[in-house]
Amino acid sequence: MPRCDYACASTDHAVNRRAFLGAAGAVAALGPLGFAAPGAAKQLAKQQKRVLVIFLSGGVSQLETWDPKPNTDTGGPFKAIATSVPGTHICELLPQTAKHMHQMAIVRSLNSVSNDHGIGAKIMLTGRKPEAALEYPHIGAVTAKLLGDTSGSALPGHIQILPKGGSGFGKGDAAFLGPKFGAVTLGEGKPPSDLLRPANLTVGSDAAREAFRRKLNERFAKSRKSASTDAYTESFAQAEEVVKQAEVFDVDKEDPKVADRYGRHDFGRHLLLARRLLESGVSSVKVSHSNYDTHHENFDFHIEQLAEFDQPFAALLDDLSDRGMLDSTLIVVMSEMGRTPKINDRYGRDHWSKAWSVALAGCGIKGGAVVGKTNANGTAVVDREVYSSHLFHTYLAAVGLDATKNFYPNERPVPIGDPEAEKISEILA
Amino acid sequence: MNPAIDPTVARLEQELKHTRGLIGCRFDSTGRFLFVSSEDDLIHRYDLLGGAPTPLVGHKSWVRGMAFIGPDAAGSAELEAWGQRRRSLHAVAGFAGETLPIPKPAPFVLVSGDYHGNLIWWQAELPEPKPIRTVEAHKGWVRAVTTSADGKTIASCGNDNLVKLWNAQTGAFIRNLEGHTSAVYNVAFHPDGNRLASCDLKGVVKDWNWKTGTAERELDAKVLTKFDPTFMADIGGARAIRFTPDGSRLGCAGIVNVTNAFAGVGNPAVVMFDWKAGTSKLLKTKEAFQGTAWGFAFHPEGFSIIAAGGSGGRVWFANPDEATTFHMLTVPIGVRDMDIAPAGNRFACAGANGTVYIYTFTPGATPAKPAPAKKK
Repeated sequence: MPRCDYACASTDHAVNRRAFLGAAGAVAALGPLGFAAPGAAKQLAKQQKRVLVIFLSGGVSQLETWDPKPNTDTGGPFKAIATSVPGTHICELLPQTAKHMHQMAIVRSLNSVSNDHGIGAKIMLTGRKPEAALEYPHIGAVTAKLLGDTSGSALPGHIQILPKGGSGFGKGDAAFLGPKFGAVTLGEGKPPSDLLRPANLTVGSDAAREAFRRKLNERFAKSRKSASTDAYTESFAQAEEVVKQAEVFDVDKEDPKVADRYGRHDFGRHLLLARRLLESGVSSVKVSHSNYDTHHENFDFHIEQLAEFDQPFAALLDDLSDRGMLDSTLIVVMSEMGRTPKINDRYGRDHWSKAWSVALAGCGIKGGAVVGKTNANGTAVVDREVYSSHLFHTYLAAVGLDATKNFYPNERPVPIGDPEAEKISEILA
Repeated sequence: MNPAIDPTVARLEQELKHTRGLIGCRFDSTGRFLFVSSEDDLIHRYDLLGGAPTPLVGHKSWVRGMAFIGPDAAGSAELEAWGQRRRSLHAVAGFAGETLPIPKPAPFVLVSGDYHGNLIWWQAELPEPKPIRTVEAHKGWVRAVTTSADGKTIASCGNDNLVKLWNAQTGAFIRNLEGHTSAVYNVAFHPDGNRLASCDLKGVVKDWNWKTGTAERELDAKVLTKFDPTFMADIGGARAIRFTPDGSRLGCAGIVNVTNAFAGVGNPAVVMFDWKAGTSKLLKTKEAFQGTAWGFAFHPEGFSIIAAGGSGGRVWFANPDEATTFHMLTVPIGVRDMDIAPAGNRFACAGANGTVYIYTFTPGATPAKPAPAKKK
């Protein structure tokens, strides 16, 4: 079995406040050169759009979620239940989600090509097969780049919440877009450890220190102003704003009743934090839920994990809907792969990429749509096979972006989405 | 120990093949019938005296819990006598002379529980058993079903954290035994007729006065459970639970030393309680094995049998009060359940490959397969 590429808890990934903010600001030094999609931001300026990726790490079973096959040789013990969309059934492990199916769409015919955790995650998040010559940016980085400028938020444009590990800055997932659009990681849902003013530093001292820094900076800028010094200045300005908004990261500020609705467990808190970040203008958020790599006792573990997923996911949809944000927030529920229809001798399901499902909701999505079909026992796609590249085009189209356009790293055109794929129109509103 | 029962000479007696993975197996109280549940939502009744298996059609999900109401276990002696007569007849006339009619079984009831939360009562001796009644018993899986010593009460347990009691004859609900805070994996009546033990996912064993519904004490089998921090999920619970016939000990079987819950990396073991004192010892297998003890039972002669699935299948035998096993059998596939025939002369393992492996303690030649019938 390939080793899982799960969250690393090493100190290599931990950064402090300065690095956290400095890295974001430093990218401004790159300036606008190398990036294109001009006009995209203006296209979206009237209404900020956001993307939330919920990543079910390890590979969730499509049969225990979006494409149940009860009473077949692969179906397992669970029922399929009716949803708010007549004729559409999902697994009984998602009873709260089923009530929201009219706000969601399901793609049941995904072939993601790879059964490897790491490669599968990359394929699903970039919409491309890995290439030796070029790293492609993840969906969060792409949407942070293309949507972020409209938010006016001082917060980083791309944040990922992991169930464990340290907080830090993920340089890799932005690829040629640059670290500004790489995900800032909130391990265990926690902000960088020294985001807030240290308790032993008084407000007055902190203000005096900051005033002194500004004074020196301004003096320096008068004689040696450059793009780099502007970026440096911007990073500290952003730092100041982030610190002012530090409360965003604190889910304890929520009404306890709201926290109850999301569930008093890590994933519930993390989805609640995601909602707060989206509300505060972060354009791309990814929340990972661990873990679904159930080679052993798949059914027991899916009971436990999907119970954790179902309640807060439904609460999130309710909250976004109540706030009028669902129409402008695309939500994607994905994994790095699905799981084998065949049940192994340990009641497990193994890695499976040939025929599985992804669910979407919110912005640009045609509620209640189901596209694609697998055969009676889920072992093959029989209608409308799609790849992650089709999904990637679809995500961008859903938030009003055109994935057929190019980025221009080093003034070389690189298509935003795989040019061999296209959006899945059937699930777009 | 009965010299006729020697675990070290246990040998494969019979294989009963089905096309789908098996989940549970139980002998009826006479030992004539073996009921086996499978991943096709069926229960298969095998008559060990002969004939084709009979499917029991009614559940719409997997079944693991099976328990019986009657018949009198004394019937097993009659069946042994019938077997002797048949063997004698075969010795004289060969299989062609097989004219001894298979005796008509005494009436008895099977109560089975499925993963949709339903209990079904069956008149189990009939040629084609049909459900007598179906009761929506639990929210979520029914994980185990058992019958009280007097045969008048059924206990079930499941994923709704409950143990429930039912009138065995009518199916009427009697009471809930509430107090577990996680899925209840297994349940067993104490032979004294007053107490009942249940074990949940977190390894909490409750000792219930089931006639009042009061949990009298709590025992610790937490060695059978673990929250795996890598995968962020719980693994554990008693996959099998049994009292000794005299009620002096309770065994809870499962998995220990888990290092990777999602790959099943751990070792089978049994937490063995001194029921009166409430103290426990861990019974481990002598040979290293990666997997879960899915089956466990006390043999009438005093030793216990552990059956496991994981990296293959194994059966171990252990003497009372010993911390490890003294003999092992290799089963061709992971074992998902095990039961000992009431007479103690054989035991059955439900294989993940759809095959029931029946082992006998009786030394001697394996009965030859009947010769094909001659054309007239």
